[in-house]
Amino acid sequence: MTTTTFGTANEDNAFLSKSDSRTVRRRSLALLGSLIRPVRLRFWLTLATVILSQLARVAGPVLIAFGIDHALPALHDGDNVPLILTGVAYLAAAITTAALTALYVTSTAKLSQAMLLDLRLRVFRHTQRLSLEFHEKYTSGRIIARQTSDLEALRELLDSGVSSLASGMLFMVFTAVTVFALDWRSGLILLGAGVPMYFLSRWYQKHSQIVFRESRVVSARLIVHFVESMTGIRAVKAFRKERENAQRYTELSENYRKVTVRSINLNGIFQPGLVLIGNVCVAVVLLFGGFRVLGGDLEVGVLLALMLSAKRFFQPVDQMAMFYNSFQSAQAALEKVSGLLEEVPTVRPPRNPVPLKDARGTIEFKGVEFRYGDGPVIIPKLDLHVPAGQTVALVGQTGAGKSTFAKLIARFYDVSSGTLTLDGVDLRDLSTTDLRRNVVMVTQEAFLFSGSVADNIALGRPEASREEIEEAAKAVGAHEFILELPEGYDTDVNKRGGRVSSGQRQLISFARAFLAKPAVLILDEATSSLDVPSERLVQQGLAGLLEGVAGKESGRTALIIAHRLSTVETADRVLVVHDGRVVEDGSPEDLISGGGRFAQLHGAWKDSLV
Amino acid sequence: MTKQTSFFQSISRLYPHMKPILPRLFLGLLCALLASVVALAIPQVLRVLVNESLQPGGATESVLMASLTILVLGIAEAGLVALRRQFVINPATTVETRMRTSLYHHLQDLPVAFHDRWGSGQLLSRAMTDLNFLRRWMAFGAIMLVVTTLTVVIGVVVMFTMSWQLALIFLGAALPIMIYGFRFRTSFSKVTRQSQDQAGDLATTVEESVHGIRVLKAFGRSREALENFNEQAEVLRQTEIAKAKHQATFTMVVTLLPELALGAGLVVGVMLAASGELGIGALVAFFATAAVVAAPVEFSGMLLAMALTAKTAVDRHFEVMDSVNTITTPESPRKPQEVKGALTFNTASFAFEDAPEHPILRGISLEVRPGETLALVGITGSGKSAMLQLVPRLYDVTDGSITIDGVDLRDFDVEELRRVVGMAFEDTTLFSSSVRDNVLLGAAERTEELLHESLDVAQAHFAYSLPDGVDTLIGEEGLSLSGGQRQRIALARAIAAKPKVLVLDDPLSALDVHTEELVEARLREVLAETTTLIVAHRPSTVALADRVALLEDGRITAVGTHTELLAANDHYRYVIANLVAEPRDLDSELSELDAEAEEMSR
Ligand SMILES: Nc1ncnc2c1ncn2[C@@H]1O[C@H](COP(=O)(O)OP(=O)(O)OP(=O)(O)O)[C@@H](O)[C@H]1O
Ligand SMILES: Nc1ncnc2c1ncn2[C@@H]1O[C@H](COP(=O)(O)OP(=O)(O)OP(=O)(O)O)[C@@H](O)[C@H]1O
Ligand SMILES: [Mg+2]
Ligand SMILES: [Mg+2]
Repeated sequence: MTTTTFGTANEDNAFLSKSDSRTVRRRSLALLGSLIRPVRLRFWLTLATVILSQLARVAGPVLIAFGIDHALPALHDGDNVPLILTGVAYLAAAITTAALTALYVTSTAKLSQAMLLDLRLRVFRHTQRLSLEFHEKYTSGRIIARQTSDLEALRELLDSGVSSLASGMLFMVFTAVTVFALDWRSGLILLGAGVPMYFLSRWYQKHSQIVFRESRVVSARLIVHFVESMTGIRAVKAFRKERENAQRYTELSENYRKVTVRSINLNGIFQPGLVLIGNVCVAVVLLFGGFRVLGGDLEVGVLLALMLSAKRFFQPVDQMAMFYNSFQSAQAALEKVSGLLEEVPTVRPPRNPVPLKDARGTIEFKGVEFRYGDGPVIIPKLDLHVPAGQTVALVGQTGAGKSTFAKLIARFYDVSSGTLTLDGVDLRDLSTTDLRRNVVMVTQEAFLFSGSVADNIALGRPEASREEIEEAAKAVGAHEFILELPEGYDTDVNKRGGRVSSGQRQLISFARAFLAKPAVLILDEATSSLDVPSERLVQQGLAGLLEGVAGKESGRTALIIAHRLSTVETADRVLVVHDGRVVEDGSPEDLISGGGRFAQLHGAWKDSLV
Repeated sequence: MTKQTSFFQSISRLYPHMKPILPRLFLGLLCALLASVVALAIPQVLRVLVNESLQPGGATESVLMASLTILVLGIAEAGLVALRRQFVINPATTVETRMRTSLYHHLQDLPVAFHDRWGSGQLLSRAMTDLNFLRRWMAFGAIMLVVTTLTVVIGVVVMFTMSWQLALIFLGAALPIMIYGFRFRTSFSKVTRQSQDQAGDLATTVEESVHGIRVLKAFGRSREALENFNEQAEVLRQTEIAKAKHQATFTMVVTLLPELALGAGLVVGVMLAASGELGIGALVAFFATAAVVAAPVEFSGMLLAMALTAKTAVDRHFEVMDSVNTITTPESPRKPQEVKGALTFNTASFAFEDAPEHPILRGISLEVRPGETLALVGITGSGKSAMLQLVPRLYDVTDGSITIDGVDLRDFDVEELRRVVGMAFEDTTLFSSSVRDNVLLGAAERTEELLHESLDVAQAHFAYSLPDGVDTLIGEEGLSLSGGQRQRIALARAIAAKPKVLVLDDPLSALDVHTEELVEARLREVLAETTTLIVAHRPSTVALADRVALLEDGRITAVGTHTELLAANDHYRYVIANLVAEPRDLDSELSELDAEAEEMSR
């Protein structure tokens, strides 16, 4: 395995070295193979229908010939049975052809749709599995490109390719057999045409491969740019980025156009090239055959039949060229898709998970060190014990590493070294289900999905009833505003929750966490956009949530990150983070009286209140 | 559901785009016609050549001549095929690209309200899949449609010259095909539209699932997301299959009916021949021609489907292109003599498009003096952000007006207005480029000093210690920065634009108290000459402002300094000051909540 092309590395490079190119091609073909495998039965059935329908089609001309040669003389003799038979047979052949044709059109669609669905789901599942580290680099636009335009390329191949290839091949084999039966020498000439065709195809393959790769790269760029400017449209407008964007987009689409033209032009050489070779071959057959007719070795009638067959032999070449074209295109697309599928998530579920159904919520950092990828160390050497049920407030300057801390506990990232345990179990040994049931984080970015308010809250616990959802909304003080929306809980919040204000968005995300009722709750600036009264309501709701765990002596463990220290005052313990280190640790009262950083911060905050 | 337009009505909308390339398309068509004529001619010529000039003991030249003729014809055929592509490809891709960029231009132009409604997947599928298809149709489908039609018409005419009885039978099949074709058109158009829309929705889902991946991971809801996606993809699959079934039925009809006609023709023809009304030669020739005609008829199913899909693509394209931009530069834009930055709301009202009967802002009258900083305070959802977005005309007032230095915002050149007004949003929208590009996005001249100064004011010095300093690429939406870092870059961006009027939507919410103080200290200097409207949730942010306006129930209910309002206004105290409960008589609902809250805290 070469590392240069593994996964999505080097994805933007269309000019791969020979061995790299071979690796990605193989990967792409393997993917195609794995897509066909589950539907191979249908695949063969489709092929069979194609072949049968071709055979039924051949029956027509044969029957016409029979009618003219036999039924007509019989009719002269007063016998109309052969004519009736011919008519009926023709009818039967026509119906069979039509039915089989309809069948293979449907069957092809079913085949291709099954494969596409399979691939769509695979890509979706895999992108969900991939870690944040990957997503931060890869961008959503590219994933969309993989899911849309790359899949489209495969679809084209599947929709047109299979039937045209199969019927074309079959047709050529039949005709070749006829030609050989008539005259083997001419047959050999026909086969001889295969040699230049092979070289032409090789040439085409080599060049189109690069062009199609480029096309994938360029179209992905186009999509990335498009998606980004549409998601950031407010900023685009407010900062008058339109012109710059338009310029860039025009440039990208022009590149895309050029690459498309190049790919079509290649095909524009390839396809007429094949036609030309075929036609030259026909002329050669005529030349040789002609001389033999002159010499009396060949009958004129045979030569005529030979010529017509030879000409017909090359008819499907057109279609085959088209097939090869879409095949090349689909292969380039699958190279990219298979690369994405090959990416290994850095945060992986364990092979043998340690079960932890109901965690108590003890968190322990032992010698933890963390850096994002191979960036600078963000958290150097950390030892920390958070007993179950404790409410811990994390404070510190922006960029100090508070969110990073939180993201480690939620296992968005794995620690670079050391261990991080929940109830004594390393997070890396917990199954995803157990981890997510026990640890829930409300992120700094309150993201809502398009869909109803209720759906968005239910994300916290999908099986929750409407009452429970409303209960959660009430607890965080979101119930009132939700009722005022046009359709209450069923109001669509639009993409990214654009229908509600940012404070309302935070309340809804908060209600989610409330509904989830985890053992460990992490709140990262969950109230930063709220007004003071709403924040107070949330805090009261939170207090209720943290206390009330039935059948447990201690409540839930909570990790609260907040710049507004009103939340912090109610915490059991405060950690002051600076440059990724815990520089102060103690109860709020102790720290305030201790006169350290927290005391300063707290003083400043108190002053800022009036 | 949009109304159905007729095929030609839709396609004719392409005309302005196609006009410049029509001559080349026509040449392409000609080549295609010639190529098929040559392809058809070759067998005939062969027959003649072989039968007439090749006899045992004949001349060698005749063989050479015959081969040469065939060779020339063959080269001509290949040449014409190549030529057709040459004529068509460049113009077709040019049209495609032009339509794509004009779509993009238009999308960027359309107001934010439009984008609130449309998922980006829908827009993307229009820009990519639809237009790609349209190009293919222009370069191939449309031409083949014409060629095929011509072939069939000519073929039928030829058939009539051979035997009118048989030709009539053959033509008889055309009638039901046409009738069925109409039905097919309606039903197929509907499914095609459905499938294209569903594909767009699916792309939207993909986009959301990636942008919202943090939430999905935080709650471990990837499986539910997958199920949801699966459902949608399954629906799309069903639609596609339904589409294929429609096409299959149509293909069946166009395959079956001509064949049936031929079968009948065979019986009738043989009988005619038997009675001596028709020569055997004519009978053979008739069937040879019929075979040539039947193939394109069969092909018509595919071509028709392609044309209909192209039509839907055109419809979808123009659906967006026809959305009118309501926020435009007037014919003769006005501009204040000297931009001082006096921002005035004159009984301005605003309602979102989807809720016109519930105005968010009702008759706001407010004056922000040049150079003044005014804080806007109100509870969550009171319409502060909406009000701010009116200033750079991201939305337009529905009633009343807003002026800058006496000039109505709607009289400004939009771009000029947005140069005068700078904005920082509450959700920081950064782009995945370098810190430098993000900060200098709206700046008049992109100088190094300006960059440093803006970063300094926003206290974003951390940017220098990023791996590549200010040239570090920040990930998509800046998500590889911390929340406060992101916010400060966005603030620096608003400052770097050096606007006369600055609107800041809660720009310090993600900052710690200490950093906030530092930013405020520097910001105060900058704001001294800038008219500023700033949304504040905390007293600390209010401290930046000279005066405060209180937004309540869609109206400005009080304006004054922080101390004044704090002393005189209960609602203000309730909104901004910690631990002061709203008095019972003012807002019973809210105070009830408070009562509950008090109980809980006891
Ligand atoms: N995904 C990431 N990739 C690389 N670096 C990151 C990433 N996220 C954060 N960082 C860096 O890690 C450091 C700590 O970030 P973190 O988000 O933990 O800060 P924070 O304490 O939460 O700050 P804030 O209060 O502003 O949210 C910052 O310097 C930031 O630039
Ligand atoms: N696109 C929209 N369509 C209809 N209503 C909307 C739309 N966007 C926001 N709203 C509603 O308008 C009201 C005002 O929203 P806005 O974002 O202006 O509030 P805000 O004062 O900025 O609140 P916050 O302090 O939470 O940011 C909210 O009740 C919200 O539900
Ligand atoms: Mg943070
Ligand atoms: Mg707001």
